[in-house]
Amino acid sequence: MSSYPWAAGYIDDGDRPKIVTSRFHLEDGHTLERYEATGGYQGLRAALARPASAVHDEVRSATVLGRGGAGFPAGTKWGLMPADKYPRYLVVNGDESEPGTYKDRLLMERDPHQLIEGCLIAAYAAGLSQVFLYIRGEMPLAHERVGAALNEAYAAGYVGRSILGTSFSVDIVLHWGAGAYVVGEETALIESLEGKRGEPRLKPPFFPAAIGLYGQPTIVNNVETLSNLPWLITNGAAAYTAIGTETSPGTRMVAVSGHVNRPGVFEIVNGTTTFRDLFYGEEFCQGIRGGRELKAFVPGGGSAPWFTPEQLDLPFEGRLVGAAGSMLGSGAIMVMDETTDIPAAALTLTRFYAHESCGQCTPCREGGTWLERIMQRIVDGRGSHADLDQLLEVGQSICPGNFPHAASSKLGLEATPFPYKMTTICFVGPSAFAPVHSALTLFRDEFEARIRTRTHIPVTVGAVDDHH
Amino acid sequence: MSRLNEANVLLAKEIIGRYPRARSATIPLLHLSQQQNGHVTREAIAHIAELVGATAAEVLGTCTFYEMFKMEPVGKYVVNICGTMSCQLMGADELMHHAEHVLGVKAGGTTADGLITLEHAECQAACTEAPNVQVNYRHCHRMTTESFDRLVDDLRNGRLDNEIPPHGTLARNRQHIPADKAAGVASPDAPAAPAWLTAPEASA
Repeated sequence: MSSYPWAAGYIDDGDRPKIVTSRFHLEDGHTLERYEATGGYQGLRAALARPASAVHDEVRSATVLGRGGAGFPAGTKWGLMPADKYPRYLVVNGDESEPGTYKDRLLMERDPHQLIEGCLIAAYAAGLSQVFLYIRGEMPLAHERVGAALNEAYAAGYVGRSILGTSFSVDIVLHWGAGAYVVGEETALIESLEGKRGEPRLKPPFFPAAIGLYGQPTIVNNVETLSNLPWLITNGAAAYTAIGTETSPGTRMVAVSGHVNRPGVFEIVNGTTTFRDLFYGEEFCQGIRGGRELKAFVPGGGSAPWFTPEQLDLPFEGRLVGAAGSMLGSGAIMVMDETTDIPAAALTLTRFYAHESCGQCTPCREGGTWLERIMQRIVDGRGSHADLDQLLEVGQSICPGNFPHAASSKLGLEATPFPYKMTTICFVGPSAFAPVHSALTLFRDEFEARIRTRTHIPVTVGAVDDHH
Repeated sequence: MSRLNEANVLLAKEIIGRYPRARSATIPLLHLSQQQNGHVTREAIAHIAELVGATAAEVLGTCTFYEMFKMEPVGKYVVNICGTMSCQLMGADELMHHAEHVLGVKAGGTTADGLITLEHAECQAACTEAPNVQVNYRHCHRMTTESFDRLVDDLRNGRLDNEIPPHGTLARNRQHIPADKAAGVASPDAPAAPAWLTAPEASA
């Protein structure tokens, strides 16, 4: 068996190492009983037997790259807090909502104790006095599973006062979101957790590690990142870095959706698996739908610039993908076959980001809306050639300078590497432009084809009589 | 009665007690009020403001930021059709068109019998199972026009009452932190290094 009715989407064909999905094949993998029977809470026990600093060092030496999007190593992040400022908090980012992404939802639904154990290890190692586990509102099953698991863990003495009879005491509070994409940004998440509108805070100069929740040092870690820690502490950093590559150790969860024969969520070896492996491999997606040609794909969530078949042989490695003009982001890959209407597909993503703008920054609030309207006009067949220039001009007001894009030998284009410059506080504005820029740069002919030949209609109010 | 009822006030106080600052409970309490009334009422806003020590304007400001909070009554079932990229690539536009036709309302509208509110939604984190629909945020995968019709029929005939609670109820269970097990809130007003950092030998 390779897929399971209780974990729709998850596929584990082939013989790959499993770090975070080792219990997905068990229908009752979410219960404490099964978790304990399969090595659960051994990482916590191992951690508590050592000084906190030693556990921190172990995580740091394993280079656990953040799995939320930015890819910043967790152990390094923990080290950025000021030395003598307490209390410090852990905020768990379970607000997964990047288009195309889903792994955190499955991790919370299928293995909530693994996440809880990861939170406890992080809190112990980094000296975090309280944990807030923020789950996206539209995921009630994840709430139910994590809530039930927390109740079990409290009753068993894994969470709360004097954990396992030691001086380690920490509460984990389950917190609910209520539907706002931007809250996935860590400072917006903190604002939301303070009971406010989810508007990102200006950074730099102060990152949450220095000034976060209630002004205190705060670590914001993604669900998948934390879910790696029990295995890491149980098996050691050397075993962890033996998987994957030096710069991208361990595994990653990726969701491949769209026009493939077998879309799925896979735990893959980090840094070596290529996009070609994923799309055409027998253990993965088994080719493009109906044997058609691949046209383009989004490699790292809706915010990421697009790739074409020319980038198929890139491995799932952040630096290489960044140099090639995009990003791995949250591990969400969306595949478009040759039948795809490129401007319409780009419009869908632009509409998403325009809709999700929190409204703080003018370039995003106004620019995103402009991008959406112009794209809609073009898709409806009412666009003009001037609209294409206008799209890029609006984009320049959000992201001045060269925007990252893939190379194209067909078009004679060199890649523009990541990152981009931005005039906004967070990445929502640039994300509205990314699909437009990619589509227009790589498939300009499709836009041209949508533009009807039409004559310029002059503004005639007040000047009509001059013609007579 | 659209302030929180007596049982929910107790629950609200329990929730507030978990946070170093009461205002952090704003969103959980808005969910609680929506669970009680199906939508968020003005009276509930004022009541929550009293409970968390904020102004009603502040709570309203928070409330209106988040899409899940409905300030007007909605159907017993909110049917969200995902229209983001993966679902769109797999036929979400056609599904929405069909749904509007079958239900006789445009996206955003509620059927005349008050049973179903139809909404256009963004990514529901089930992209490999596209196109997706959520009913009160419960997933329905790989929807077709036929399976959508069956879903509506099941909702109208109460066949999903056990699986899908009425709008406003998210999780059907709650976290409870037993008083004798609680570590207690870590207040910024009481700055102290955690015990296990200052006395690592105690945990050995």
